[in-house]
Amino acid sequence: MTETVLRSLPTSDGPPSRWRRFSGEWAADRQAFAGASWRKAMMWIFLLSDTFVFGCFLIGYMTVRMSTTVPWPNPSKVFALEVGGTELPLILIAIMTFVLISSSGTMAMAVALGYRRNRRATALLMLVTALLGATFVGMQAFEWTKLIHEGVRPWSNPWGAHQFGSTFFMITGFHGTHVTIGVIVLVTIARKVWRGDFDIGRRGFFTSQRGGYENVEIAGLYWHFVDLVWVFIFALFYLW
Amino acid sequence: MHPVAGHGTDHGHSIRLYLLVWGWLFVLSACSYLIDYFHVQGILRWSLILLFMFVKAGLIVAVFMHLAWERLALIYAILVPPTAILIFVAIMTAEASYTLFTRLSLLAGH
Repeated sequence: MTETVLRSLPTSDGPPSRWRRFSGEWAADRQAFAGASWRKAMMWIFLLSDTFVFGCFLIGYMTVRMSTTVPWPNPSKVFALEVGGTELPLILIAIMTFVLISSSGTMAMAVALGYRRNRRATALLMLVTALLGATFVGMQAFEWTKLIHEGVRPWSNPWGAHQFGSTFFMITGFHGTHVTIGVIVLVTIARKVWRGDFDIGRRGFFTSQRGGYENVEIAGLYWHFVDLVWVFIFALFYLW
Repeated sequence: MHPVAGHGTDHGHSIRLYLLVWGWLFVLSACSYLIDYFHVQGILRWSLILLFMFVKAGLIVAVFMHLAWERLALIYAILVPPTAILIFVAIMTAEASYTLFTRLSLLAGH
């Protein structure tokens, strides 16, 4: 593959430019995404489509928030918690953010250790990641319960624009669903790693394909994407 | 780092790099939270929130998701299409402003 690209390039001076490389990768090869397996490329393309789903949700939120004549509820106050007598703004959301970032860190290390064939450490780090993810979902459930008790509904709330409830439940609900699915995937793959499926080439129960440690990286791609979406939700919904 | 053809990401990257990025993500998130805690307002608030958001997103995508080590063909296939979202944002900003204008002029006093 490399040779094909090199042949199509001028042999004269220096390394090829960025655009030469780009056009070479699309034109001269039969496989544009060489280096990434089809599994990884398909995960990336799925994540791209999911980007549009969340993009549309956030744009919908932006549109209703910009066009309402009623003041938007102040998220800093709505999501405040009283800890030891003092009101801390957004504290639960901040903790949720740190939990999810930590889970991304443990996931990145699980992927790196997986490629070093460190079976047990990889499985344990994936389980820690899943545990942090489950903690995140638990805190989100707590947050939903608190807001529902305070009277927030998709069609109304006590503090201002009615659209607050509908966008909140839709965006955080969809994100929470993604985290939940991610936890299930992580536990499934961690079990395979722990059992040594990727070392002995055992076939999967569903696809009958032999997996490899790349499966850990692909699960990791999905997990980091969930964290990535939260970065945008945190900034645009909670801080704005 | 960048040979002619992508190398894939089969080689393990140093754990140190991940810890460094992890640390930065913590610091940037803490900064975002402090903006709210200290009630920073106005243009400074929006620009800092967006700056921290994009730096965090960039770190996650480039290092944690290994996109920096993928082939250019894959990098552009993933990063170029989302720019359509920015165009959509611009369209809906105009639409929302128009809706607000009609509400203010037609529903005034209701």
